[in-house]
Amino acid sequence: MNFDLLLDPLFRVPFLTGLLLAALLPLIGMYLRLRHEWLAALAFAQMASAGALLAMVAGWPMILGGVLAALVAALAKGLMARAGAGAYALMMLLAWGGGVLLVANHPLAEQAGHALFDGQLYFTGDGHLLAAGVACAVVVPLLAWLSRPLLLGRLFPEFYRARGLDARPRLMLFDLITGLSVALATVSLGVMAAFALVFVPPLVAYRFARSWRAGMVLSAVIGMLGYSVSFAVSLGLDQPFGPVCAVVLVMLAASTGRDSYRM
Amino acid sequence: MAEVLLRVTGLVAGYAAPVAGPLGFELRRGEILGLAGPNGAGKSTLLKALWGGVRVFGGHIEKAPGLAISHQAQGFDDLRGVPLTGHELLGLTGATADGLPPWLAGRLGERLDRLSGGQLQFLRLWACLAVPADLILLDEPTNNLDRAGVAYLADWLGRAHSGQGIVIVSHDHGLIDDVCTRVVEVGAPS
Repeated sequence: MNFDLLLDPLFRVPFLTGLLLAALLPLIGMYLRLRHEWLAALAFAQMASAGALLAMVAGWPMILGGVLAALVAALAKGLMARAGAGAYALMMLLAWGGGVLLVANHPLAEQAGHALFDGQLYFTGDGHLLAAGVACAVVVPLLAWLSRPLLLGRLFPEFYRARGLDARPRLMLFDLITGLSVALATVSLGVMAAFALVFVPPLVAYRFARSWRAGMVLSAVIGMLGYSVSFAVSLGLDQPFGPVCAVVLVMLAASTGRDSYRM
Repeated sequence: MAEVLLRVTGLVAGYAAPVAGPLGFELRRGEILGLAGPNGAGKSTLLKALWGGVRVFGGHIEKAPGLAISHQAQGFDDLRGVPLTGHELLGLTGATADGLPPWLAGRLGERLDRLSGGQLQFLRLWACLAVPADLILLDEPTNNLDRAGVAYLADWLGRAHSGQGIVIVSHDHGLIDDVCTRVVEVGAPS
């Protein structure tokens, strides 16, 4: 055990990068859960992972490959809207199959594949931090703008059409920012942690929040808290970050017990 | 005479194939029109056709310029577990809380899944009713309402609404008879 590493300046950039994403991903997860689309986050993460591997093999930056693959997935999701969860399953199968084939046939891909799944947070640099900062600065205001159409889409699906308006461009924009954010998180935190941060904090916030606004705040706080604990535990105990983050968040959700609206 | 909001002639509507119509009527501001007919006549389909929710196979729908439509659909998604309050729900559609029944007005700060089924249904109905719209389309508005909700709705509709036109589809003949200024029969599909 070496918790002195937590104070090492070397880990400040990785910590801050992850902290920004840990605040952002639960906000997106709130709307994915609302729309019964949380599985899309896993599909996007898998696609981003496969895209990053493909980019590495091709000699491109992994972050570019991950983002492009996730954006293609987001576009495909929008076009296959009627397929619902079936479309996400197809994407996941494609990403798994493609990723495993790359790992099996390219020596460098095997190591990178493990890193993408487990999380390579400690190797993130200033570029990742900058990308995470820009993502937060762009996505948070966009989410605030998209909140009403996303909520109306679940509660009053005919609201815009009855008024002669088309909500699809806004919903497509949500898919794109989801793909972008999840891809960035996948290449920074790993598939497992990215999905856990999208899924678990909203799961808890839905149970405890007194309102939608409170739920958004609570999910971001849970994400940052769970992430910080995971970062300290994985660094101090020299464990891979992704699995630690997933286990910590699930334990947090399990420890909250039955429904009780207190926030 | 009040402005004509909607003029419908020979409307035939459906999905893959025509299932309802023909229907013709004229609706003026301040009128409440009831669409009556047997089960399976396609009343809800025709109501949806008025705003473009289903395919129109024949006839013509003429709307007043800039007509703002609010549609209350039949049935709704289960909202258990969604942390949304009554205030937030009304804010989504731009509905006012003024005029809500006292048994609901005091509970707007609570989560929707803390309300009874009848209260939640009334609130959803209110979110479509109390909005700045010229034309309000109500599809079986009394479904899932408790007795207090039905009584309050009938009372609210019974008051003059000179600024709006309302079209109601309901199997509740009492409501249709009490509040509608005119009733149009929709025949069974041939």
